[in-house]
Amino acid sequence: MADLINLTIDGVPVAVPKGTVIVDAAKKIGNDIPVFCYHPKLKPVGMCRMCLVEVGTPQIDRNTRQPMLDAEGKPVIAWMPKLQTACTTPVSEGMSVRTNTRQVLEARNDMLEFLLTSHPLDCPVCDKGGECPLQNLTMAHGPGVSRFDYEAKQHNAKHVPLGDLIFLDRERCIQCSRCIRFQDEVADDHVLQFHERGRHMEIVTFSDPPFDSLFGGNTTDICPVGALTTADFHFKARPWELDNTPSVCMHCPAGCNISLNTRLETHTGGHEIKRVMPRQNEHVNEIWICDKGRYVHHFSRAEDRITRPLVRDARGNLSESTWEAALQLAADRMRGRKVGGIIGDRLPNEDAWLFGRMFREVLKSAAVVMSPAIPAAYADIARTYGVGKDTDFKQLGKGDVILLVNGDLEQCAPVWFLRLRQAVVDRGARLVVAHDRPTKMHRYAARIDKYELGRAAHWASEQAKPLAEEFKSARNLLIVFGDEKLSAEGARSLARSLANILVESEHAGKANSGLLPLYPHGNTQGVFDALPSGGAMPERVDVAWLVGVGENNALPQSAFTVVQELFLTELTKQADVVLPALSFAEREGTFTSADRRVQRFYRALPALGQAKPDWWIIQELAQRLGAKWSFQDAGQVFGDLAAQNAQYTGLSYELLSRVESQWPPVGRSDLYYGGTVYDNTGGVGARYAAGAERAGFMAAVEWLTPPEADIEALQHLPRVLYQDGELIRRSKVLAGHIQFNETEIARAAR
Amino acid sequence: MIKEKRASDVEKILAKYPSKRSAVMPLLYLAQEEYGYCNDAAIREVAELTALDPTEVKSVVGFYTMFFEEKTGTYVVEVCDDLPCALRGADAFVRHCEHKLGVRAGETTPDGKFTLRTVMCIAACDRAPVAQVNREYHYSLTPESFDKLVDDLK
Amino acid sequence: MDKHVLLRDLDIPDIRELAVYQANDGYAAWRKALTGMKPDEVMGVVKDSGLRGRGGAGFPAGLKWSFLPKDIFPKYVVVNGDESEAGTFKDHQLIENNPHQVIEGVALCAYAVQAGTAYIYLRGEFYEPARPLQKAIDEAYAAGLLGQNILGSGYSLDIHIHLGAGAYICGEETALLESLEGKLGQPRLRPPFPAVQGLYAKPTVINNIETLANVPPIVLNGAQWYRQYGTEKSPGTKIFCVSGRVNRPGNYELPLGQYTIRQLIEMSGGTIDGCPVKGVLPAGSSAPILPVSALDTRLDYESVQAAGSILGSASFVILDDSVDIVWAARKMVRFFRHESCGKCTPCREGTFWALRLYDKIVGGHGSSHDIDMLADVANGMANKCFCLLGEFATSPILSTLKHFRPEYEQFVREHQNGLPNTYGDQLIRDHAISVAGGSVVEVAY
Ligand SMILES: Cc1cc2nc3c(=O)[nH]c(=O)nc-3n(C[C@H](O)[C@H](O)[C@H](O)COP(=O)(O)O)c2cc1C
Ligand code: SF4
Ligand code: FES
Repeated sequence: MADLINLTIDGVPVAVPKGTVIVDAAKKIGNDIPVFCYHPKLKPVGMCRMCLVEVGTPQIDRNTRQPMLDAEGKPVIAWMPKLQTACTTPVSEGMSVRTNTRQVLEARNDMLEFLLTSHPLDCPVCDKGGECPLQNLTMAHGPGVSRFDYEAKQHNAKHVPLGDLIFLDRERCIQCSRCIRFQDEVADDHVLQFHERGRHMEIVTFSDPPFDSLFGGNTTDICPVGALTTADFHFKARPWELDNTPSVCMHCPAGCNISLNTRLETHTGGHEIKRVMPRQNEHVNEIWICDKGRYVHHFSRAEDRITRPLVRDARGNLSESTWEAALQLAADRMRGRKVGGIIGDRLPNEDAWLFGRMFREVLKSAAVVMSPAIPAAYADIARTYGVGKDTDFKQLGKGDVILLVNGDLEQCAPVWFLRLRQAVVDRGARLVVAHDRPTKMHRYAARIDKYELGRAAHWASEQAKPLAEEFKSARNLLIVFGDEKLSAEGARSLARSLANILVESEHAGKANSGLLPLYPHGNTQGVFDALPSGGAMPERVDVAWLVGVGENNALPQSAFTVVQELFLTELTKQADVVLPALSFAEREGTFTSADRRVQRFYRALPALGQAKPDWWIIQELAQRLGAKWSFQDAGQVFGDLAAQNAQYTGLSYELLSRVESQWPPVGRSDLYYGGTVYDNTGGVGARYAAGAERAGFMAAVEWLTPPEADIEALQHLPRVLYQDGELIRRSKVLAGHIQFNETEIARAAR
Repeated sequence: MIKEKRASDVEKILAKYPSKRSAVMPLLYLAQEEYGYCNDAAIREVAELTALDPTEVKSVVGFYTMFFEEKTGTYVVEVCDDLPCALRGADAFVRHCEHKLGVRAGETTPDGKFTLRTVMCIAACDRAPVAQVNREYHYSLTPESFDKLVDDLK
Repeated sequence: MDKHVLLRDLDIPDIRELAVYQANDGYAAWRKALTGMKPDEVMGVVKDSGLRGRGGAGFPAGLKWSFLPKDIFPKYVVVNGDESEAGTFKDHQLIENNPHQVIEGVALCAYAVQAGTAYIYLRGEFYEPARPLQKAIDEAYAAGLLGQNILGSGYSLDIHIHLGAGAYICGEETALLESLEGKLGQPRLRPPFPAVQGLYAKPTVINNIETLANVPPIVLNGAQWYRQYGTEKSPGTKIFCVSGRVNRPGNYELPLGQYTIRQLIEMSGGTIDGCPVKGVLPAGSSAPILPVSALDTRLDYESVQAAGSILGSASFVILDDSVDIVWAARKMVRFFRHESCGKCTPCREGTFWALRLYDKIVGGHGSSHDIDMLADVANGMANKCFCLLGEFATSPILSTLKHFRPEYEQFVREHQNGLPNTYGDQLIRDHAISVAGGSVVEVAY
């Protein structure tokens, strides 16, 4: 690269891109300059003064304008008289940095001593104890004893609730402002600030409601001390007792990489998820996750989890049974009958794949659909004209256009909101928004179009041509869209019009361009991909087979119902056979995000009771109905999927678990750098190519007239993150946030 | 509501700056004149007028010493006891003020009339001891002149 | 020189009135510039005059103006009237008694850099002195000297007053800009410098009130005229604020480099009761104290620096032998403890810790170990703070320890069992009450 800058740090040469600050350059060569306020994802502020180093630049001869050389022919370095903050000083050609001199080491010691004058040193009872940057840096660079009179310490409030999800311990705060800056720069919710000044300075919120942000939990990861803790984790465990397992969040289409922190619970005798943390994946979520992903995990150990198969007995009650009996009963009822299958879009690919095969090959029926149903109407278009394989959100910026249609990005895919917002606000991409109501993303829009409720598809078909014309000159064109308040027909028409814009503006099949659908959940694309195409549900079937559908109001009428579920829902209670499934935390599998990144998640908890993975249950039923399947684990099922499904050709568990070096590095021994976020050891996944990128693809324009009066559409809810549902209802911490939405029609009737 | 009651002042203030946020301090002064101190209502009103989050306004109130977060007396008596004034007897003068008002520095008289505060240098060291009462200077004070000042306000 | 350049109210008492000001060359420079000088010429005269910033750093004003990029608009002039350094009260007198000269200086500066708006940031406590300044601005607008198309020149300028609200740090120029933008008054990272990205990230000149008050006479009479006062490197006259243990505290305008500290004290009526001088703070609490041995130092930037301190804003606080140095140092450290904005660790924690140590010592519980700790704390802060406030805070500690360590030792020896918190009262009561109320502002040359 032409604009690499060469410098030496403690004599070690390093070359880094222009604009890199010294801390990051040093990090490249394994020199961990201690920092508190600096965070690689936030703008440098230079306030904690922990990173002070000696900096020198080559002395330039005034006459020749060339660097002056000493007797040995080495450039003469002019050292700056004062120590400089390595976190704010950008590198320059020929720069020399010293991080190990007495002066530097003394400064580190001084800063730590200063910080500890105010710190309560209550590490033994602190939630951060064991993974605390202040603790670690004090061990490495700090004074051995405190010379500050403990009596003279200022005592401040502990356990201050900043809203219902985050607690602040005022004594522990070291005023680094990371939390404030995260909320300002990344989340754009200005709900935290300093109050007072000098030694009285403290974090406050005065917003209404208080610390209300979909991203607040992230502040607890990057807080370099135990000042911020989540209400969920507060006093729940010590970090060193926790195991961590790489996983993937399934609650929105972004597919954030997470880590499940688990611990053996003596009182219940089983393992439990104690907390969910982000796992770094710069392709996906960087080091952030939204609060739903962080707090919704409680369903995995909900009290009403089903642990044994249930069968409706002679008296009409559901009573415990054995796997053999329950499976046999279900299989017998299915044999030779008309079976209708519905599978939820949070089920992993492996389960959906076997479910699809079961209908195609064993039951020989097309009565198999996904729940919810509408995405299936356009997921093929989204897959064909989806974002190019090499799309990288980080590259979006000046010259690029982001078109957002009919979706509240922050509510539907919170982490994409963060990333696309930065593409617009920090890097200058042009944002055009079209919606029936204002959303947070409207704040950054260069242009806003408004249409009437439910008229997104009409808007798109009218605007597609002029927009395509306008966007021709764009470097890249990313089109993000949602299906809220649209019927299946309307949603398909919308997707098609948007695809037409891509085709006509010549952006189809390119990296950093394409459609980005705001699907309802984390595996909508994957389940769609796995199911046979053209499935449809008749009004009546003999047996309804419902796999992880949660609540669904579009069920067929049936004489007999088989349900695979986690807990006793209203639906489960009416079933004839209930087969207990394992949650995502108790098994492995893969999810395919809406941008078609296929990612592995791993088993973090032992199986609960007799529950089994859904793919296993499906295979058992298939075997009883004559199939000769013998998959031993999810990996084998995935192998089968990859071998038979053209989209997934070449993908394997091995490939998906490949890790890449990530920048910035976080979560190693130097937790202070990126926070307590987890390093990625589980794999970054892989994105399969969009149809439009594949060899021989011919882009075509096709116009689908949207339904004139899309009344059906108004039945649907505007999508919100904390939408009431079976899973979220089981997280008490989120109780105050759940939104029980009315349909537009109900609202109008009121 | 300063938006209604002081509409023309609010408008004038907002017109001075290209960014609404810059108006936060002048508007807080206005609100403080109306409410006596920067109470919740004042903060939320100013936040609305400047399109800021109330947290940001609260933070400004907290940073600057001339915005009061607690109710004060009708008259806020601020006596400088910084070094230049102290070299001319300000410490003893503060004791006198405390004695006269019957409260310690930092406190408000029970009748709610006076709040006594000590402040850092207020740029009138040539005329020490010096005090401000509701932001109006009173220079070259003596115990006698202070007593008279207070008695006149009573 | 028998007339003041800046404190002209001492020669012409009603100069705050527009008519009087105009009858005495007022706005003549402004007319001259608008009708016959290009902006660059105005800048050139100021550059040639060698006028140095009076806010503390002494940076050449004309040079600073020339750093603004020419092709970026809008530009701003921001006038620093925060005047919060302990012992400084010159800008106070200027805005109250000679406001038109300040306004004319601001206008000339704005014209030179082609700014369309100027904000005069006054410390919040100047609520009352802001009134005559606002009145003068209103008069200038009414007389067509400000506003749109001034004097038919095509140049337009608005000047607004902005009141701070009690924060010394807002005198630091980048903190001032933050404050003016409606944020916490915490200093900004530099670069970018205000000249390039200042107010609202636009090119901005920031000058002290006194600095700009020099500009009208310079533009009117020329650089050479100005250079007849002062020294080669410190040209012109400067207002010296004298306070503390002298008989006639006040503002004294003197040519730079012509007089010594000793003479300044004499002009101020000498010390109270003729008590010997113990030390002099040349720039309030922020600059190292000078011992008696430095009394013959000349009053210019270079000489004071050579003597081991900084001229800064030239706020001379005079300490005599009746003053307990530990008590005085505590007062100063208390100031910084109170004013630390909290942004950086060493200043926030260091001032807190240092004050605790002083409280312990002055409270009669200190030991010589605590004196060592004071030095450690100050050294821990020195050269490591985000801005100069933290560095300033080390001055009272390190310089008093340097010159008066034996007094500290004696103090802890003599005060072992606790002292009443009215210690300060006892200390100076006898002398102080006798002079309270006795100050005058003197013409000194
Ligand atoms: C802590 C601190 C406080 C300051 N206070 C003031 C002040 O009250 N008034 C002022 O004019 N300059 C003050 N300054 C200096 C300003 O930062 C700046 O240098 C000055 O306004 C520039 O104007 P000048 O070049 O005309 O002096 C202060 C600097 C620091 C570091
Ligand atoms: S709460 Fe944590 S992140 Fe926020 S300022 Fe304090 S130490 Fe920093
Ligand atoms: S000042 Fe550099 S990390 Fe805080």
